[in-house]
Amino acid sequence: MFEALGISPYQLYGQLVLGLINGSFYALLSLGLAVIFGLLNVINFAHGALYMLGAFGAYFALTLFGINYWGALILVPIGMALIGVFIERTMLKRLYQLDHLYGLLLTFGLALILEGAFRHYYGSSGMPYAAPKELQGPLNLGFMVLPLYRAWVIIVSLVLCFSTWFLIERTRLGAVLRASTENPILAQAFGINVPLLLTLTYAGGVALAGIAGVLAAPIYQVNPAMGSNLIIVIFAVVVVGGMGSILGAIVTGYALGILEGLTKVFYPPASAIVIFAVMAIVLLVRPAGLFGRGE
Amino acid sequence: MKKLMASLSLSVCTLALSYLPTSAQTVSTTPVKIGVLNDQSGVYADYGGKWSVEAARMAVEDFGGEVLGKKIEIVFADHQNKADIGSNIARQWYDVDGVDMITELTNSGVALAVHDISKQKKKIDMVVGGASSRLTGDACHSTGFHWTYDTRALGVGTGGALTKAGGTSWYFLTADYAFGYALEKDTSAIVTSNGGKVLGAVKHPLNSADFSSFLLQAQASKAKVIGLANAGLDTTNAIKQAAEFGIVAGGQKLAGLLFTLSEAHGLGLQAAQGVVATEGYYSDVNADTRAFADRFFKRTNRMPNMVQAGTYSSVLAYLKAVKAVGSKDADAVAAKIRSEPVNDLTVKGGKVLANGRMVHDMYLLEVKKPSESKGAWDYYKLLATIPGEEAFFKLEESGCNLK
Repeated sequence: MFEALGISPYQLYGQLVLGLINGSFYALLSLGLAVIFGLLNVINFAHGALYMLGAFGAYFALTLFGINYWGALILVPIGMALIGVFIERTMLKRLYQLDHLYGLLLTFGLALILEGAFRHYYGSSGMPYAAPKELQGPLNLGFMVLPLYRAWVIIVSLVLCFSTWFLIERTRLGAVLRASTENPILAQAFGINVPLLLTLTYAGGVALAGIAGVLAAPIYQVNPAMGSNLIIVIFAVVVVGGMGSILGAIVTGYALGILEGLTKVFYPPASAIVIFAVMAIVLLVRPAGLFGRGE
Repeated sequence: MKKLMASLSLSVCTLALSYLPTSAQTVSTTPVKIGVLNDQSGVYADYGGKWSVEAARMAVEDFGGEVLGKKIEIVFADHQNKADIGSNIARQWYDVDGVDMITELTNSGVALAVHDISKQKKKIDMVVGGASSRLTGDACHSTGFHWTYDTRALGVGTGGALTKAGGTSWYFLTADYAFGYALEKDTSAIVTSNGGKVLGAVKHPLNSADFSSFLLQAQASKAKVIGLANAGLDTTNAIKQAAEFGIVAGGQKLAGLLFTLSEAHGLGLQAAQGVVATEGYYSDVNADTRAFADRFFKRTNRMPNMVQAGTYSSVLAYLKAVKAVGSKDADAVAAKIRSEPVNDLTVKGGKVLANGRMVHDMYLLEVKKPSESKGAWDYYKLLATIPGEEAFFKLEESGCNLK
């Protein structure tokens, strides 16, 4: 039936897989954003810049310290988590009592500073970063040529998304986290160290952005604008999924990635806006998002 | 939820605000003022960017810093690849700040808009970074110039060379705006006139990070050559991802139709090797081009590409004409620029046609293999020099009605 539209089924499968890869990045990033919003009530506009920082982290690890991709995949998220702790402890913490807007302005400012600084020192055309030897080369699936590295990205992203969801929704730690968000005073009365939990949550969200950055480094040019290109799409994903809904962020991330991939086949010029069109429709029909509970 | 949505709408506004023009740095007392208007923070910031401003300053210094007994001043601004922002800055410069000439103008969309404003206001503009051959075609005007290169010259250079070398079927990845269309159209014409065939094209939005879908479509077309009718970060991302999908390894050739030294540097030799490119300036042609590159490198710690070298050349040509005429009168200066040959450190024997097109030799270059490179910034080998008369449209072919 697709032949009627001038598109072979093979081509369509190929695009579905590609959409899944883009969706992996959307899901990973919007997941971090959703966790941070859900538990801290902070709209973390610096998320894109932190993702960029993760990619640069991989580049620095290789060029300055000779640490390869696998090392970076472990060390960069740890370093990013520490940066997250620093941001939360020194700045964000002071804003919890205030309106959402203040957290948003602070993180937006941070994003501008980070991106401006990197652009100043590294220019806009970016830095090269190669995929690890083990994951180079294409994988022939019959209907398409899938680079091995991209298959790896899908797997890592699925595992991370599932573990994060499981951690928050199905474990005791997650229950404590959710209780602390729901009613911090009561949780504290039960002896739970709420401020520490919030710090760890932010650090965890930032580490997720860092991992996404390392995963992206071999695919995209490592450049200062890579985060700001993505952050607006990520926000759209979170809004469609329902602010703060973890499952919503994951499912919507993959779904919108696939939808975007399909748009690139049927009508490429619209591929940049299709996600926002969906966002507008969802906001009209279900203002709390697809998985949001509303108030 | 209401509050949250208010926050989100505000955040969208904040984002929009961040795209407002950063105010141009101007002082309004000096008599000869040259504006460098280009992308200084986006996809093309390394392609021209602040480095072009530095090249313009070099031209002013080489000229002696003064003309008509007054200081020469360079102002610059970031148009962020938006035609409306670029137009506003150009109007402000011409009407309020007393800017006499605007140059660089990377991004054909912005260049065409500013070109039109210059025409209405009878001011001189010299496009260097913008590529569309329409600037000296149907959009030409008597005080507008196009320096260094255009989509036609790129098509003749890279398109012609690859078609003659056996790349007889083409598929284009085209940036979805004026520049991409012009580059695709001009290159297609060269490909077909050399006996080649164009199998199709896919248009992608400017500033796409992910090219895999488009590359897959190009791969499925089975074309021998995939022409990248885009520039800057779009080109580097496309080339990098093409390697991932085994496109070059599978026997298809990639043509970076607008590919400069900056992109080669950003990609690194491993990913960029074998890319064939056409530039209007190459540092290793003669003693003068080397001297220019060395001085540029000392100031910026990077080697110039054709856009930066071209900005230097255009500013110098303008200043020479102002001096020769003895006034800033746009018509007189423009006539002088047309009548004089162009000779400086970066261009030899250039001549300016009635439509404003500066015709000079172009260079067909290939990115070296990592093993061939002798060190940092040694990226190119020269394949051929294309005579200017072959590379550019003749006046009567250009579609411009100026005589």
